Amino acid sequence: MAVAASSMHALAMNTDHPAADFSDTPWWLSLIKAVLLFVILLLNTLLVIWFERRVIGRMQQRPGPNRAGPFGLLQTLADGVKLALKEDVTPKNADKLMFIAAPIIAGAMAFVAFAIIPLSGSVWMFGHHTPLQLTDTPVAVLLVLAVAGVGVYGIVLAGWSSGSTYPLLGGLRSSAQVISYEIAMGLALVAVFLYAGSMSTSQIVLAQKGIWYCIPAFFSFIVYIITMVGETNRLPFDLAEGEGELTGGFHTEYSSLKFAMFFLGEYVNMFTVSALATTLFLGGWQAPPGIAAIGGGMFNGGWWGLLWFFIKLWLFMFFFVWLRGSLPRVRYDQFMRLGWKVLIPTTLVWVVAVAFIRAAQLGFLGDSKAWGGIPRATLIVIAVIAVIVLAIAWVWDTKQARKDNEVTAPPDEVNPFAGGHPVPPLPGQRLVEPVPAIAAAPAARSSVDNHSEEPRG
Amino acid sequence: MTHLGGAESTLFWFAAPLSVLGALTLLFARKAVHAAMGMAMTMILLGIFYITEQAEFLGIIQIFVYSGAVMMLFLFVVMLVGVDSSDSLVETIRGQRVAGLLFGLALLALTISGVARTTFPSFIGLDKANASGNVSGLANLIFGKYVWSFEVTSALLITAAVGAMLLAHRERLRPKLSQADWSRRRIREGVNVAGLPVPGVYARHNAVDTPALLPDGSISELSVSRVLKARGQVVNTQTLTAATEEFEESTGDSTQEEGGQQ
Repeated sequence: MAVAASSMHALAMNTDHPAADFSDTPWWLSLIKAVLLFVILLLNTLLVIWFERRVIGRMQQRPGPNRAGPFGLLQTLADGVKLALKEDVTPKNADKLMFIAAPIIAGAMAFVAFAIIPLSGSVWMFGHHTPLQLTDTPVAVLLVLAVAGVGVYGIVLAGWSSGSTYPLLGGLRSSAQVISYEIAMGLALVAVFLYAGSMSTSQIVLAQKGIWYCIPAFFSFIVYIITMVGETNRLPFDLAEGEGELTGGFHTEYSSLKFAMFFLGEYVNMFTVSALATTLFLGGWQAPPGIAAIGGGMFNGGWWGLLWFFIKLWLFMFFFVWLRGSLPRVRYDQFMRLGWKVLIPTTLVWVVAVAFIRAAQLGFLGDSKAWGGIPRATLIVIAVIAVIVLAIAWVWDTKQARKDNEVTAPPDEVNPFAGGHPVPPLPGQRLVEPVPAIAAAPAARSSVDNHSEEPRG
Repeated sequence: MTHLGGAESTLFWFAAPLSVLGALTLLFARKAVHAAMGMAMTMILLGIFYITEQAEFLGIIQIFVYSGAVMMLFLFVVMLVGVDSSDSLVETIRGQRVAGLLFGLALLALTISGVARTTFPSFIGLDKANASGNVSGLANLIFGKYVWSFEVTSALLITAAVGAMLLAHRERLRPKLSQADWSRRRIREGVNVAGLPVPGVYARHNAVDTPALLPDGSISELSVSRVLKARGQVVNTQTLTAATEEFEESTGDSTQEEGGQQ
């Protein structure tokens, strides 16, 4: 017990604090970095909207915007200027104060979380050696979740303050969705914290030097990918603004710059969750395995890190667009069921499994080694997990097989008018020999109640 | 105040009045949502204070849990209750107010006596307290020294959550009908096979509160929700058809013309 406690202590000492060293970063350099980050996010947003429209266009076999500027690159800029110059309408029923506060909260909070994302390792900048990261704290990843939690206020207040039904419904949906998916997301991140032994983003990137966490924490990676789409209200989970049912959801009543704030917030949020996925699961700014070894790591870190980081980030952005281009919107109850009944319980089990694996790796469950120097405890834990997973799969399979057996095959022949209402045959079914319509009509009528309809035509 | 750095005191003098303002909003705001937002602002600022005091974990958790989750649930309830609803002044449980007052006073007395009897040990300093890292230090305390009280508290919270679920649970007497079940039932019964009639579309009006007209000009009762009917919010179609007739007077009845040409 004492040994375990002391080793835990030693582990914590190594990784609790951020690895990034900000001691040589004067305040004006931080300010420059903050402004640069802001500009990068804005430019990337302009670019990604064009990118999304072009890629979806390609997926739907049409050109997409291609008039303003080369390849239509300036289309978003033109749209943005047009949007800003539109009339700003405030509904009569709106709660003025909250109506104005909501887009400000949603827009501002989207930018905050990017401060803790490490874009690269340390570089020389204006004569100072400083990490390409605005700031880092021992609880940096939790900060992202906290900021997302505050950002929801923007959506909720927008829905409520508009003083109309659709926005209220959209706002409630959206906040229920973000909150419930944030639980699954937080649980998925716990596995990464357990592997890295830290919640600081620079430490997590550093801990992935050997292997990117998308492999050992593969289940967390999958859950995170699903929850990040739910969290950003993007298709197929954009139920909060489902046009078919809620016109525009929470931002139905917004126009001009206020709407632009929501629009901007949504895209910046996409960048934030993608950047977090890159940092936590794809090794952050580190070069891909093959390239990282070239020249003793000359392409791994420094300004090169920026390149790898943005390549990975944009892979996720493409994934977002790809999803939007290929999947239809899910139904709200299905979506919530997926979150609460599938993602949260399975992730909880996964976290417990990872905790055992980590405990075995760190020697909390005994130090004895099996063949080839592999800790015996690790092998036992993995074997137990494998047996449990197999048992669950076997039970599931037998249940499914029983269910399949219960389904009776449809008959080969079907009378389309048997129920009184015409029913098309199933694939492979034959229709019974057609009976002359005049003879069949009274028989069919009698089976239904007197639903007298005048023959049309 | 002498120990505060320049940045820290600037932040304090900006954020402290704001948090007091938030607290006062909670007390004096007319609308429930404004009060809730004032409270949320105070909680977020409290979290920021914690962070500046270098209790990063506590600060972030304060914002994440209290502002992000608890306050949001509260806001949900407030919104669903409605904007205009005022507090009911009728006692639903007899003697509730007196009992509440007594319990409140008892809690106050208990807290004051507890706080008054506190003796602080000599401070060991932030650097020493955070020697193994802020998060790990807290973890060692929560899952080491105070693990028993932590577990008891969590058991209490789980009991409360299960109790709330039990109170709010409604037993289903019959299995829930799915969309497919409804469709099958409609076809089996042969009534409204294609679903209920949609609301009416008029020359100048198209909404769920406008009943559709049947071929004989009477109103289709099925085309508007019975909730709207009970509330008396169904629009009178007379005025709507009058508008249509007005149009037809100025433009001519197009349906008649089509019929005439055939």
